[in-house]
Amino acid sequence: MNTPAAKQGEKSPSLKRREVVKALLADSGDLLVVAGLGSAAWDVTAAGDHPLTFPLWGAMGGAPAIGLGLAIAQPDRRVLVVTGDGELLMGMGSLATIGIARPANLSVVVLDNERYGETGMQESHTAHGVDLAAVAAACGFSKVSTITTMQHVEQLRADLHSVQGPLFALIKIAAEKLPLTLPPRDGTHLKNRFREALLGDDAHFQR
Amino acid sequence: MTSATSAHWSESLYRLIKAQKVRQVSVVPDAGHSALIRLCEADRDLQLVRLTTEEEGIALAAGAWLGGDKSVLLMQSSGVGNCINMLSLLSVCQFPLAMWITMRGDWAEFNPWQVPMGRATKNVLEEMGVLVSRAEREEEIAPLAEGTLRMAYNTLRPTALLIGQRLLGAKTFED
Repeated sequence: MNTPAAKQGEKSPSLKRREVVKALLADSGDLLVVAGLGSAAWDVTAAGDHPLTFPLWGAMGGAPAIGLGLAIAQPDRRVLVVTGDGELLMGMGSLATIGIARPANLSVVVLDNERYGETGMQESHTAHGVDLAAVAAACGFSKVSTITTMQHVEQLRADLHSVQGPLFALIKIAAEKLPLTLPPRDGTHLKNRFREALLGDDAHFQR
Repeated sequence: MTSATSAHWSESLYRLIKAQKVRQVSVVPDAGHSALIRLCEADRDLQLVRLTTEEEGIALAAGAWLGGDKSVLLMQSSGVGNCINMLSLLSVCQFPLAMWITMRGDWAEFNPWQVPMGRATKNVLEEMGVLVSRAEREEEIAPLAEGTLRMAYNTLRPTALLIGQRLLGAKTFED
């Protein structure tokens, strides 16, 4: 088995996940955001709970496909999925599904700490050499990057609003255990406030 | 099952998709639904999403509805097993979705490996909060499918129609 990259003398990632997500969501405008369960959901909440953010408390592996359904339904809006390496590994096939659906308005951003943060910081497959950015590139994402500096996070923030997608970014972040910042937990509330903010009062009368 | 028969009810389901203003149809490859998949593929106003596994279709439906799109998921009964945990997303958030499911592992099944999931399909769906109906005759398919769509989107819950293997015709690998 491969040795974790950090143990091979590579410099450990220094990016702080909360700073990264806060920077990505700065001046988010009408960006639609889906956050994968676990730390990514806490990160987007720490950056500021927002009706146009749909944080997941479960459905592990589902965040990219939720983003795809949303991006297809709203082709004139930009959609961001922000999730972790573990969540994405559980739904890696959805990268192939997105790759052939080719939604120009969808970005998938993975916060990769090479750990399962909610269950005791066990190493994920990315700690042992799996390169999720290479997977996304092989699946046909139109722009793929691996990011290790805040300068490139700032560039990514601009790309989220402009680049012809589907866009994929793997952000290598430090393995930190942070205080939980929990979003509302009632799924119907999260759904209804999102739909109302996006679709207006008509959302409640659609059938 | 003759292909002409399949084409007949598949056209009814296609017309239902259009009449009910469904916009996203997600699919895995399926012999029973092949005629309907072809009709949806040919329709440029529909978004046909090819999945690698059925649970992606559950998540896709949630995203579609967040964005105001109605969707239908087409799959085989064996795929229901792949969806179990993801169905909690629909139950907890009251997301609507109609699933039209062709049965394997019931009448005249020849493959023993299909039988456990075929037997469990209805119970698994119901345990996860899905309203289930079942068609045993061809003329039942369209009205029951319409019921799953109306009930899903009027009452905000996942629904499923199981299309029985006897009316589909069991695969034999002898043809």
